[in-house]
Amino acid sequence: MNLTIKYFGLLAEITQCNEEVIEFSESSISEVLEVLYNKYPNLRDKDFQVAQQLEIISKDSIVSATEIALLPPFSGG
Amino acid sequence: MSRYSRHIVLSEIGQAGQDKLSNAKVLVVGAGGLGCPVLQYLTAAGIGTLGVIDHDLVETSNLQRQILFGTSSIGLNKAIAAKARLEDLNPTIDIQAYPKKLTHLNALALFEKYDIIVDGTDNFTTRYLINDAAILKNKPIVYGAIYKFEGQVSVFNYENGPSYRCLFPTFPKEGSVTNCSEVGVLGVLPGIIGSMQANEVIKMVLGFANVLSGKLFCYNSRNSETVILNISKLDSAFQKVRDGRDTFENDTPEDICESPVAEVSAEMAFQLDNVQFIDLREQDEKPSVDISNCIQIPLNNLEKRLDEIHSEKKIVLFCQTEIRSKKGVTLLQNHNFKNCYSLKGGALAILNLKN
Repeated sequence: MNLTIKYFGLLAEITQCNEEVIEFSESSISEVLEVLYNKYPNLRDKDFQVAQQLEIISKDSIVSATEIALLPPFSGG
Repeated sequence: MSRYSRHIVLSEIGQAGQDKLSNAKVLVVGAGGLGCPVLQYLTAAGIGTLGVIDHDLVETSNLQRQILFGTSSIGLNKAIAAKARLEDLNPTIDIQAYPKKLTHLNALALFEKYDIIVDGTDNFTTRYLINDAAILKNKPIVYGAIYKFEGQVSVFNYENGPSYRCLFPTFPKEGSVTNCSEVGVLGVLPGIIGSMQANEVIKMVLGFANVLSGKLFCYNSRNSETVILNISKLDSAFQKVRDGRDTFENDTPEDICESPVAEVSAEMAFQLDNVQFIDLREQDEKPSVDISNCIQIPLNNLEKRLDEIHSEKKIVLFCQTEIRSKKGVTLLQNHNFKNCYSLKGGALAILNLKN
């Protein structure tokens, strides 16, 4: 299926885009992330949460929507 | 003409709402990019008791975004400088400045005094500290955070809602941590995010619905995209903090009720305009310091010679190891001198700077 991945904060700098559409056959979020880590090795050691259908979810979840977002913590103030 | 007439005229607020604002007590942690707009709007709105805690000094590069300050604030402690500006904006409210760092030693006692805590800090250590202390003291947090062109706003620990640790359970790994001086930030961004934080505080005080509890508002100032994500509460995130309560209570809390003593570095002190230096040491103490705008008043005589001190100037007191200069600052503050600072590093710091 086609998944839209949105990148926030410094993750968008690593991927050089705010969002992209990728074809996935994987069915779990962690598998999708593994594909992304292979595409963008610098993503692997970064801390972030994943949101699906506007909910922050566990990385063990199943893919159930067509859009996910990767959200790193911000500390600036 | 009532100061708050524009609030009172709104049927959704009225005098009853304005009274709620007057009775509210809000602590703003951090008087930087986020803290400045939060403080300004909460002051303007008439929040009755406003606390501001920050150990940092105002620097020139802050003025690109920390618009509560001005050139005359450079070198001053941010909490003290903020209070001076805010008192002019609204002299009818009570503003408490704490020119010190929030630590696990003082957080619980400080949070006890306030109804709502605003997170305007710039580092993860303090953000997790604020989270944990707020859970232990059962206070809601209005959170804001920025990175370059993007910002986040949420309300934690409010009416059984999630906490910061429900969103980001673990402290980020080394390498994920950056601050604005390293990566830069669009100046107006904290203005937008901080103003939104002030809005959340006001909504909470007024009892409005639709507070950003359990919701993370994400804003991108470059493409104007906004998205609101839902955050689930994790009971384990609260339990972990409550289980660690003994760690907080084992440390002797600082007495944050004592008068805060503002400090200034030697470098900053000599960049200030309109300064009077006071050498609190005895006549024969070495090393001798020869600088302009300086008088020598041994600490024991300070109270008898207050008429020699120019209250309209910034007063910088020094001694050898700051023990006397901190006492001197407290003494002068008790005599209503407003802008008093203890010089960090004492007489030696002056000599090191001049050589």
